Amino acid sequence: MRFRDHRVMGDILELARRYRDEGADELVFYDITASPEGRTVDRSWIQRVAAVLDIPFCVAGGIRSVADAEAVLHFGADKISVNTPALANPALLDALARRFGSQCVVVGIDSHEQDGAYRVYQNTGDPARTRESGRDTAAWVREVQERGAGEIVLNCMNQDGVRQGYDIAQLQMVRPLCSVPLIASGGAGSMEHFAAVFHEARVDGALAASVFHTGTLHIGELKSYLRTQAIGVRS
Amino acid sequence: MSEPPVAIIDGGGANITSLRLALARLGHEALLTTDHDAIRAARHVILPGVGAAAAAMEKLGASGLDRLIPTLTQPVLGICLGMQLLGEGSEEGDVACLGVMPGRARRFTPAPGRPVPHMGWNQLQATPGVALFAGLPAAPWCYFVHSYALPVTPATIATCDYGGAFAAAARAGNFLAVQFHPERSASAGAAILANFLSRY
Repeated sequence: MRFRDHRVMGDILELARRYRDEGADELVFYDITASPEGRTVDRSWIQRVAAVLDIPFCVAGGIRSVADAEAVLHFGADKISVNTPALANPALLDALARRFGSQCVVVGIDSHEQDGAYRVYQNTGDPARTRESGRDTAAWVREVQERGAGEIVLNCMNQDGVRQGYDIAQLQMVRPLCSVPLIASGGAGSMEHFAAVFHEARVDGALAASVFHTGTLHIGELKSYLRTQAIGVRS
Repeated sequence: MSEPPVAIIDGGGANITSLRLALARLGHEALLTTDHDAIRAARHVILPGVGAAAAAMEKLGASGLDRLIPTLTQPVLGICLGMQLLGEGSEEGDVACLGVMPGRARRFTPAPGRPVPHMGWNQLQATPGVALFAGLPAAPWCYFVHSYALPVTPATIATCDYGGAFAAAARAGNFLAVQFHPERSASAGAAILANFLSRY
């Protein structure tokens, strides 16, 4: 769920309940109001979400310090996801893992393929500021694990938003480098895309947003389908 | 009328907001405390825990809770690291634990397709007839986040498989323990918490 502060809280709680009831295994909230540098944001919405959710959830956006993470976890989030701030200050990951344990430190990586090379992008929450970080995706995947990341969400930007399927080739490249859970993101458009990413890229989870928000796919029906494809998912 | 408060032992650092909210959904207020009298007086006690075993034992020791907990007589539920703390010890920091349950927590060995921490949903194989699992299917899905676990022992009341069976839940007298997070295990977890509060 990606939202800015103009989106009323009721919408977020309603979506949280809906996905909980449809059988989502985990929710990720992208708090993009929190992303611009130096803004102090009210995180109390997290506690309202925590009160209605009985499944794990992760908060992404604007976590630049141990104190930021502490606030988010204190309000009831299970995990924090760090993206651009980790690129600017990789030692943040060591500090977060030391303080809270690797299990709640997720690193989001926005990766874009160009001329056969995968590169990490930063500030992807704001199209005007998005730019290449200077890092190679495979090297960054290795480094964040050494620093204590407990989970990696690999958002494959070439596929993101186009609903043509997950970037199987890229996920297959990253899979053997990743000894922590690897979550595929970007490109889901149909139930078959989910089956393919589990079977072909051996990912631990698949993340999607627009296909669920628009009602194109229903999570419960998707999970029933995946069971028919011999993929073990929670019933 | 709301139910009597549940004492959650404050081990410090652990994020217990989601546990408190889960108890609130069941109509139970929770009291987060290290106070020995308050803990002794509670009808039910929960020992949560996130983090490392050695640090958690040190924290319990600092407030004398390492001596208090084994003497409790009401139902006590250890959750996640709290379960491991109820065991004899842990490989994590090579520390002695509370010793009210058999077994010493061991670390999972990562393997291709089996990352550590074990993080996500997995199925329990629950022992039939155990009240903690009343009303649940034989193999409920629960949410796990851990790198260490107690081995299967005679106290085990549910197993889970992650490169071999480990104890997903155990009981020794009035001490119960679950390795998963019932507060994050959807309706199955809510039923387990409700069973703990109503059937023990």
